Amino acid sequence: MTKRIEDLKILENKRISDDFFVLELSGNKILPELKPGQFAQIRVDGSPDTFLRRPISIHDVDYEKNSIRLLIQIAGKGTKTLSKLRTGDDLNLIYPLGNSFCLPALNEKVLLIGGGCGIAPLLFLGKYLKSNGYIPDILLGFRNKERIIEFEEYLKIGNVFITTEDGSHGEKGNVTTHSILSTDQYKKIYCCGPDSMMKAVASYSKERNIICEVSLENLMACGIGACLCCIVDTVKGHLCTCTDGPVFNINDLKW
Amino acid sequence: MVNLGFSIGDLHFKNIVLTASGTFGYGPEFEDFIDVSRLGGIVLKGMTLEPREGNLYPRMAETPSGMLNAVGLQNKGINYFEKNIYPRIIGYNTNIIVNVNGSYIEDYVAVAEIINELENIPAIELNISCPNVKMGGMAFGTNLSSAREVTKAVRSVYSKKLIVKLSPNVTNIVDFAKVVEEEGADSISLINTLLGMSVDIERMRPSLSTITGGLSGPAIKPVAVRMVWQVAKAVRIPVIGMGGIMTASDALEFLLVGASAIQVGTASFIDPQASIKILEGIENYLIDKGISDIKEIIGYINRPVF
Repeated sequence: MTKRIEDLKILENKRISDDFFVLELSGNKILPELKPGQFAQIRVDGSPDTFLRRPISIHDVDYEKNSIRLLIQIAGKGTKTLSKLRTGDDLNLIYPLGNSFCLPALNEKVLLIGGGCGIAPLLFLGKYLKSNGYIPDILLGFRNKERIIEFEEYLKIGNVFITTEDGSHGEKGNVTTHSILSTDQYKKIYCCGPDSMMKAVASYSKERNIICEVSLENLMACGIGACLCCIVDTVKGHLCTCTDGPVFNINDLKW
Repeated sequence: MVNLGFSIGDLHFKNIVLTASGTFGYGPEFEDFIDVSRLGGIVLKGMTLEPREGNLYPRMAETPSGMLNAVGLQNKGINYFEKNIYPRIIGYNTNIIVNVNGSYIEDYVAVAEIINELENIPAIELNISCPNVKMGGMAFGTNLSSAREVTKAVRSVYSKKLIVKLSPNVTNIVDFAKVVEEEGADSISLINTLLGMSVDIERMRPSLSTITGGLSGPAIKPVAVRMVWQVAKAVRIPVIGMGGIMTASDALEFLLVGASAIQVGTASFIDPQASIKILEGIENYLIDKGISDIKEIIGYINRPVF
């Protein structure tokens, strides 16, 4: 699959909470085939402090409209700059990058688990699973009611379960303490979120022999396997998150 | 048509734009973005005799106008390269240069001996300046007698073009340039990264697992230009300049102070087409100025003002 470097235009920059916004982008060229789990390297212009590109996962793809959406959390100077983009502005992307989530076996009950900004790739994945005949359950964890990211679109894919650490919405606790995990129905879990959450989900999955894939968010410089900065320790040695990942089967990770 | 070529002895480069070691992989990583064969040369990711896992994560930190890295020479070793990577890249119509590393002089020599037999590798870049390994690397490039010894030892077994890559982390880089020239280096490349450090104030820990790392990017360019100017005046062999080159204008500064060629490094991380854009920009500059050969501008600032 060919990677490309391209200026895309902002169709819409929609603020969905204090810290989160969604960019919808489109270009003159027809979109390449994109797979759930893949990401783009976004150039942030205008400040010496934002020297490197920012890796952002693909949140949603609309081939009919020829547009992609990126769900971004304002986490630092780079994402703050991106949050100020307006309709019509150009954004330079290198994409599509990375591997993708693997489809489950037929008729397997699957669960998507996301925390914070980690819910971003799960929308694309959920839609993809649905179009392949699966009805996944979706478990989303947030710190509190105020930090909940708009999840209406996830409701169209499958049953959505929410946890908050303070119990202000959904079940109190974190994703691994949610009651749906006390059932034995899931054969495959896909997870993206903070490292601590993914590690907890990984150990839950290992205990029950559930196949589990996680999407890592390591720091990156190039995104194309040249700099070897974003490595993760695996049973096969140090691998690049950008080209060997970002999706890894937990059995391959030295967690 | 302008002539953009240069030579190290009898080894001709079709143009003066090369890619810097550790920033361009082995070439295939960039094939979706550029025609690698348009480059004057590519310097491959640092190679060692045995496979190396490199340092622990985190190995990289963004800094103002630059980045720190502490990759630590992760590579699969010379034998893996010879069997699996070399056959994949020998089709490139450009000079492929292997960046050679080691913990001991014997390691450098062993790698150089193997590379010497590879028909499609016309030159090596001896890396005596990697700041991110516990043994070897920069230790050779920051001590005059070690720099002399390793250059001499490799020269005695390596018959093709020997480029020595110098460390900027010394008091007087000219002394090192003269020593490696005396020991038979055919060319000198500089600068490797500057030793640096940054702290993550949220975690209250160093940003890098290794605490210190190598600084690259535009932040180091003025230091690099100064050192290239000093070295180019002091030696007779061609100097290859690098350090923070992002644009053709940056590259031209290095050429005007005396570099015979340049390497594009960190810029390739932000724009995988940077090397080709820089090549085209240099060509346009020469056309605009009515200059037909790049050699006319090499070291131009040293000429008297009339």
